[in-house]
Amino acid sequence: MLAFLFRRFASLVLVLFCVVTLTFFLVRMAPGGPFSRERKIPAAIEKQLLARYKLDGTLWQQYSDYLGDLVRGDLRLSTKYRDRSVNELIAESLPVSGTLGVLAFLLATTGGVWLGTLAAVRHHTWADSSAMLGALFLISIPTFVTGPVLVLFFALKLGWLPVGGWNSLSSLILPAITLAGPYIAYIARIMRTSMLEVLGQDFVRTARAKGLAESRVVSKHVMKVAILPVVSFLGPLAASLLTGSIVVETIFNIPGTGGFFINSIQNRDVFLLVGITLVYCGLLVLLNLVVDIAYTLLDRRIQLHE
Amino acid sequence: MSVLAVIVFLTIFGPWLFHYDPESLSKLQFAPPSAAHPFGTDVNGRDELSRVLQGARISLFVGAAGALISFFVGTTYGLISGYFGGKVDAVMMRFLEILYSVPRLILIIIVSFIFDPLLKDWLQDIGLNAWVGYSKIIILIVSLGLIEWLTMARIVRGQVLSLKNQQFILAARSLGQSHTRIIVRHLLPNIFGIVIIYLTLTIPAVILDESFLSFLGLGIQAPQASWGNLLSDGAQVINPVKSYWWLLLFPALAMSITLLALNFLGDALRDALDPRAKR
Repeated sequence: MLAFLFRRFASLVLVLFCVVTLTFFLVRMAPGGPFSRERKIPAAIEKQLLARYKLDGTLWQQYSDYLGDLVRGDLRLSTKYRDRSVNELIAESLPVSGTLGVLAFLLATTGGVWLGTLAAVRHHTWADSSAMLGALFLISIPTFVTGPVLVLFFALKLGWLPVGGWNSLSSLILPAITLAGPYIAYIARIMRTSMLEVLGQDFVRTARAKGLAESRVVSKHVMKVAILPVVSFLGPLAASLLTGSIVVETIFNIPGTGGFFINSIQNRDVFLLVGITLVYCGLLVLLNLVVDIAYTLLDRRIQLHE
Repeated sequence: MSVLAVIVFLTIFGPWLFHYDPESLSKLQFAPPSAAHPFGTDVNGRDELSRVLQGARISLFVGAAGALISFFVGTTYGLISGYFGGKVDAVMMRFLEILYSVPRLILIIIVSFIFDPLLKDWLQDIGLNAWVGYSKIIILIVSLGLIEWLTMARIVRGQVLSLKNQQFILAARSLGQSHTRIIVRHLLPNIFGIVIIYLTLTIPAVILDESFLSFLGLGIQAPQASWGNLLSDGAQVINPVKSYWWLLLFPALAMSITLLALNFLGDALRDALDPRAKR
């Protein structure tokens, strides 16, 4: 277990290093810097600006300096949001995105597992086929369609929920549903397939033969095994929620990390961009690790060190 | 299937059937749907129907071309990894896992935003001025194709692993055929069915990615239309005072129906041809 954790940690550091390097050089080598505007600023001022943001010297110097700062946990200053550090901006916006993400995550997993189980238990009935048809619809309709449509209906027509923003609990509902929608469908499909497979196995017949009630068979015996494919989907799910949240934040005007990310690209805000990319990747790799560990805890047949 | 045929037909022949130029402006702003403009007009008085059709051309083209690239990369990767096995396989699969765990779309956003001006300059340098307007589309196709191949590679590898120990491969090998020949002549035809299925499922995925980027303003840029930026325009004009619902509804319908049809086709093909998924 320890060796496994160590290996995964090493690979985490490696991945993050590659991502930082790639992003940094891509942004710095592209034409147009953070201070190039339509109106040319005097050379002296530009030089001072570059020095202040540690963007002077050769590319290699800038890069090695930056890596040094990163190791010390300093993500440096944003070039667009003057005098604010990237650490500050991320610390401010990440909890917002995080809340949305966690909520959508819970919604997607519980909703998906419930729907998939329902479809599998009622195999070949109208409940099954309508659940699967609904899932196909949810997968095919992108979030940036469902989002505005939900707003149009629940916020503008009925006036039950706020249009967007981030000030009350009720403003969380629509974004979380929008974000979770397609993944409820994905998980429901995975859950249904694996549930059907498990339901046909011998130990289920044994459990039934013991005289257990069907609900107990499903919840106590089948669920434990059938949920494993869903658990292994949680890693990709986290990745999709991360990118998906960028769109949802745009639709609902939520002051999360996604908005900063988009802006930082358009403004060539090097350190903010690299910082957010780093945080995103780090979160994702960590989550994948957690999922892998959870998987082995749930499935005793698998050993981590192969 | 027939829905898809209609969509593809409209996409290809639409410009001849409907005579409005999707990029020409007129004084008729925000006209609701009428006989002259079946889908209404947008903020600049452009005919929404012809814009949706132009968007369809771009989105479908990006989807198909991107899926094709992912098909080449994924199949090659999976074939090599599965066929050679052992250390090669271990390293290649580890690399795949790492790619799975990186938010790829985020990297695509960075890459496409940064390479776009470079490609524009380069196209100008080599004298392909007519292509400059399409540089963003080219970048999108290539980069989306290069990220959507992971699942394809996994599936191909799995298939190859189960095929390569069968007798006909052994026979081919004992006849002294080269690795390339075995892969191309014997393995490839056998996995083609399943590859085609996942190709149909990759197209909607790429279309979704492209419209995702365009929605954020990082993909196809106005005045060119793609479903993503049409939807983004439509979402912006939804407000309590006066909602121009047709600008949101029609692109949303076009896109959802297309994706639904493609996913439906892919699922049906998979259920029909994949013995494991059959019940």
